Amino acid sequence: MEMDLLHRFEAYIASDKKIEPKDWMPDAYRKTLIRQISQHAHSEIVGMLPEGSWISRAPSLKRKAILMAKVQDEAGHGLYLYSACETLGVQRDDTIEDLHSGKAKYSSIFNYPTLNWADIGAIGWLVDGAAIMNQVPLCKCSYGPYARAMVRVCKEESFHQRQGFQIMMTMAGGTEEQKEMAQDALNRWWWPSLMMFGPPDDDSPNSAQSMAWNIKRFTNDELRQKFVDLTVPQAELLGLTVPDPNLRWNEETGHYEIGEIDWSEFKRVISGDGPCNKERIETRRKAWDDGAWVREAAVAHSQKRADRRASTDTAAA
Amino acid sequence: MNARCEYLLRLGDDALILGQQLGLWTGHGPVLEEDIALTNIGLDQIGQARAWLTLAGRFEGKGRDEDQLAYFRSPAEFRNAQLCERPNGHFGDTIARQFLFDAYATELHAGLCQSEDSDIAAIARKSAKESAYHFRHSRAWMIRLGDGTEESHHRIQQSLNEILPYAGDLFHTDAVAASAASEGWGIDPSSLRDPWNSHVEEMLKESGLMRPESTSERTGGRIGQHGEQLSQLLEEMQVLPRTYPKAEW
Ligand SMILES: [Fe+2]
Ligand SMILES: [Fe+2]
Repeated sequence: MEMDLLHRFEAYIASDKKIEPKDWMPDAYRKTLIRQISQHAHSEIVGMLPEGSWISRAPSLKRKAILMAKVQDEAGHGLYLYSACETLGVQRDDTIEDLHSGKAKYSSIFNYPTLNWADIGAIGWLVDGAAIMNQVPLCKCSYGPYARAMVRVCKEESFHQRQGFQIMMTMAGGTEEQKEMAQDALNRWWWPSLMMFGPPDDDSPNSAQSMAWNIKRFTNDELRQKFVDLTVPQAELLGLTVPDPNLRWNEETGHYEIGEIDWSEFKRVISGDGPCNKERIETRRKAWDDGAWVREAAVAHSQKRADRRASTDTAAA
Repeated sequence: MNARCEYLLRLGDDALILGQQLGLWTGHGPVLEEDIALTNIGLDQIGQARAWLTLAGRFEGKGRDEDQLAYFRSPAEFRNAQLCERPNGHFGDTIARQFLFDAYATELHAGLCQSEDSDIAAIARKSAKESAYHFRHSRAWMIRLGDGTEESHHRIQQSLNEILPYAGDLFHTDAVAASAASEGWGIDPSSLRDPWNSHVEEMLKESGLMRPESTSERTGGRIGQHGEQLSQLLEEMQVLPRTYPKAEW
């Protein structure tokens, strides 16, 4: 019996059919998805914080409106992803609990601080840019609800990337001080953005399985290379310097070569020792705890309403 | 300053200050759906502020645009109701502030749709749709919190008690308001007090909340008198354009 189900599952994967919530799936497949989708959801939510803190200081009303819309989109992404996760049998509140306890991870990029307005540009340009690289292939991932959530997410991500690049253009073409801010932002966000694609292929133990399940379509290093090839010319267009003395164009391969990524930093930040890990989780936890009475009130009110309706119904009967 | 510019600054500043404050909720809401809702309402307020301030700048006739008006005026030049600058506090405080404002704004925007000034009428038509949604949202939360648990009932009652005296500015009448009405391009906000009051009464009935004992109203926002909160809020909001006045963003 189990064997039949497994064969069917594998046949689905082999013919690139979508697995849906009611379909049988191997436990490991389910667990991998729950881990990946919840991490992804948490990244969207924690990712609201570094940018959100600049909404109040946005330098024009138009920029303020754009940034609010952008950060609000990220909240929406979190919502789609938590819903996708629920189709695998885990409740949103429990996943959130795991984030607050430190059990669940999120993208380490959001543990870096936003120090000047150009950071908002750099995040849209680089971080959302890298997210698009990662997420476009996920639109074809084998798990239906995740793939469909990604289609909606990707539509909005390109707007995020564009608004970020626009800020960078304005800053890089602005006053001396603005140029300095833009370069400073690129210096700080470049390497962490490259780390967003995850450890190098020879140090990424779960990748092969995810590729076999059609959850992943490209390796970490392949996606990183695509990103570098696309982004370096954009930096040149901006007149900014990519902070990598070893960066060079390889005529033969048709790709850029980059210097050594500091993977010890990546591991440090992922394991909780980045510049802002504590603040980010503290902030999320505080919002959750402060909101407990509101959530309780909403539940109590809808319960009372249902009760009242039931008692009028009985009275009427 | 001419009356129409002054009137439009009042509309624009209310929206701007509320939008600025609602933006502070982004990422900090009690539940993801409310994070989205509060940001969305804030976004509408910023949109309305931009429209009103742009128009105010045109009537002022000094070539100031929305950003010059938002970023280069001092607190005493702001014309927002004191209600709008009251701090966010907890979720209930924000909701109570927003409810009192929304109950006024739905009436205001509905009235301004009849303006003989086609620009004002156009902005009002767009705003009316938004404020109707805002009003449904804040009203639903007043009821939810009032009816919900003992704790939420107590908290939202407290919020209402504290914020209600600040509603006075919304109905401020003076020569500006009078010419708005007599010249047909605006309405005298003092005429909105009764319909506003019925919205409040209906909400009280449904939520089980009590109207706090009347205390004297706090007013002065429309003539540039504000609390401490506004200067702090503006300092934060205006920091970049004022630090780098030559920059474009
Ligand atoms: Fe996103
Ligand atoms: Fe994004």
